[in-house]
Amino acid sequence: MALVLSEEQELLRQTSREFLKQHAPVSELRRLRDAQDPAGFSREVWKQMAELGWAGIPFPEELGGAGLGQLELGIVLEECGRTLAASPLVSTVLVCGSALLLGGSQAQRQDVLPAIAKGERILALALQEGPRHDPFAVATRAEPAGAHGFRLSGEKAFVLDGHVADQLLVVARSEGRPGEREGLSLFLLDRDAKGVSVTRTLMIDGRNAARVSLAGVEVPASALVGEPGRGALVLEPTLDRATAGLAAELLGSSQEAFDRTLRFLKTRQQFGVPIGSFQALKHRAARLYVALELARSAVLEALQALDEGDARASERASTAKALVGDASLAVANEGVQMHGGIGVTDEEDIGLFLKRARVAQLSFGDAAFHRDRFASLRGY
Amino acid sequence: MPPSEAQLEAFRAEARAWLEANCPASMRTPVDLSVGGYWGGRKRHLADPDARLWCERMASRGWTTPTWPREYGGGGLSRAEARILDEELRRLSARPPLTSIGIPMLGPLLLEKGSEAQKREHVPPIVRGEIRWCQGYSEPGSGSDLASLQTRCEDRGDHFVVNGQKIWTSDADKADMIFCLVRTDPKAPKHEGISFVLIDMDQPGVTTRPIRLISGASPFCQTFFENARVEKRNLIGERNGGWAIAKRLLQFERQSIGNIGTSAVRIRQEAPLPDVAKRYAGERDGRIADPLLRDRLARLEMQQRALQATMRRSADEARAGGAVGTASSIFKLCGSELNQEKHELLIGILGSQGLGWEGEGFEPEELESTRHWLRSKANTIEGGTSEVQLNIVAKRVLGLPD
Repeated sequence: MALVLSEEQELLRQTSREFLKQHAPVSELRRLRDAQDPAGFSREVWKQMAELGWAGIPFPEELGGAGLGQLELGIVLEECGRTLAASPLVSTVLVCGSALLLGGSQAQRQDVLPAIAKGERILALALQEGPRHDPFAVATRAEPAGAHGFRLSGEKAFVLDGHVADQLLVVARSEGRPGEREGLSLFLLDRDAKGVSVTRTLMIDGRNAARVSLAGVEVPASALVGEPGRGALVLEPTLDRATAGLAAELLGSSQEAFDRTLRFLKTRQQFGVPIGSFQALKHRAARLYVALELARSAVLEALQALDEGDARASERASTAKALVGDASLAVANEGVQMHGGIGVTDEEDIGLFLKRARVAQLSFGDAAFHRDRFASLRGY
Repeated sequence: MPPSEAQLEAFRAEARAWLEANCPASMRTPVDLSVGGYWGGRKRHLADPDARLWCERMASRGWTTPTWPREYGGGGLSRAEARILDEELRRLSARPPLTSIGIPMLGPLLLEKGSEAQKREHVPPIVRGEIRWCQGYSEPGSGSDLASLQTRCEDRGDHFVVNGQKIWTSDADKADMIFCLVRTDPKAPKHEGISFVLIDMDQPGVTTRPIRLISGASPFCQTFFENARVEKRNLIGERNGGWAIAKRLLQFERQSIGNIGTSAVRIRQEAPLPDVAKRYAGERDGRIADPLLRDRLARLEMQQRALQATMRRSADEARAGGAVGTASSIFKLCGSELNQEKHELLIGILGSQGLGWEGEGFEPEELESTRHWLRSKANTIEGGTSEVQLNIVAKRVLGLPD
């Protein structure tokens, strides 16, 4: 497949960009942060995004979706990244939507996906437990309870949109030891189920994350997503999509941070000339540009590989996240440095891009995590 | 109309059968890098007879330059067909039939900028490997500041006469002709007095002297012109309009240097770098034992793939009507740096076995790796230094002010 967007995809990019410029510019994130908004995003804007069809982009039409692919979702996510637009698109559509699409029963899909597509239900994946992404390290227990049910006990951290979620997708261990790929099980449960407590954690990027405590939460067998003990079969392809989609979003914010820095280099005058005329800055800017171009190709390839069911999709997703992750930190750090004093003030937006880059590059694995995974996938 | 799936499969079957029947057995083995590929040229009778035969057979179908137009001897294949041909050649582990700077550089330039007569005279001999070309750009006083070049070219009525000196002319001592930048108007501003000419090296006015490099090899020469004669029909483009031609050729050159960095992580054909790492630096549970080395190899492989994808994307964008040209600076910059990184990693992996110069105690592959590591140091200098590429990106792509 050609590594260019089709006319329809270009149009989707244009309309997304227009909408976000109008309804979710960077100033909107600033407003939500300063107002200490209880949701952390605008429910009104989320409703409008759903009306545009964004909340169901990759779902089949019979389940209320648009029947499109990861590439189209990636295009919208990239544009969201450009304005740092906060919404449940990642947690609910990209991550949990993918898990249910890939591993949900007929009943689960019919219950959840149309509700997500309408913007009426928010989901959060409760996976991480320690301070780093390590999907098989899950220690949260799922023990047999009642006739066919389970009892969940454990502590989850960094649960994206956890405090506003209507439902949680919990990864627990029904067999084996932490670190093992086998023995994981996925459960879909209501946020207000007995024994669930959620604490919002305020993150540097102004987005939502939460700690989720599961104190002997009893769930029926029908809460299982996929087969018990074989949750990795659903989790791994879900994380591939999450990884590539988040890479697309992070690419968008990094590109915007770079574009803003470039404009600053051309307008800021010192010694009577624009500072962008200094070779010491030119070469660094050129290197950032090159890193972003390579990352852009990797993201596009990953999204296409996922849509084509390419056997190398996992390698490509890890490549995309690693390259974008490294590029995003370089762009953000250099962006602040090149802005000089104004760059470390809260008034200037470049700091918001730095904070978002730091969070997004870590979410679902940083560059080192993905190089490790890539090397394993490649057999070394 | 692109060819249909069925047409492509028919092409594949035909190509496979023809290659099976026509590729000599000795041409299905890895190239001995101490000898190098088959370069053709007027002295081609000295080359390995199988290599010559393989080149002649491929050239008879235009498959030494698969996508060039048939009327100038090329294969006239679509991109899809050329890719299939490439896959079939790989399947046989066939050697490239012809190595030539005419193929990635001069040929594409002539097809784009040459007159009809120039194309008819010079392109078919490139396809058939009959003329070996070299490049006369840099001079002792004109490296990164190429446009300051001093080699003089004077009009003598029915011909030109050239006096001056070129440097870093790759394989000039083996070449038949040189494409050369010369100054035709010394009074004009430096970019406006340059012309692009083709000079036959088989004349008393042209002499060459090889330069010994840190790798021990002498791939580059100094080339001297003393009243060398140049036919007027061998001026490419306008007189004094050579700078634009020169820059276009540099774009083709950067692309070809960029390509070397995208070749898979491997030395020779049989040893991927991760396997070499396991053998020399240790293996634990199927992994490279040293986690830092493993991380660097993964980073390199990811960047190589991303560069390949970027080259593909750039071609796709050009076909879809986007901008083209400036992106070639990225390819040259990244390709050369990745190639260096590959050799840095390899020399590190080999330990003291990678530090031998010659003789006993070292495998041929080890000695070869050492020389390649040293050779790779030139990658970020030749064809425009990395610093020049960064200047081009900053100015042409990012629009940063002078």
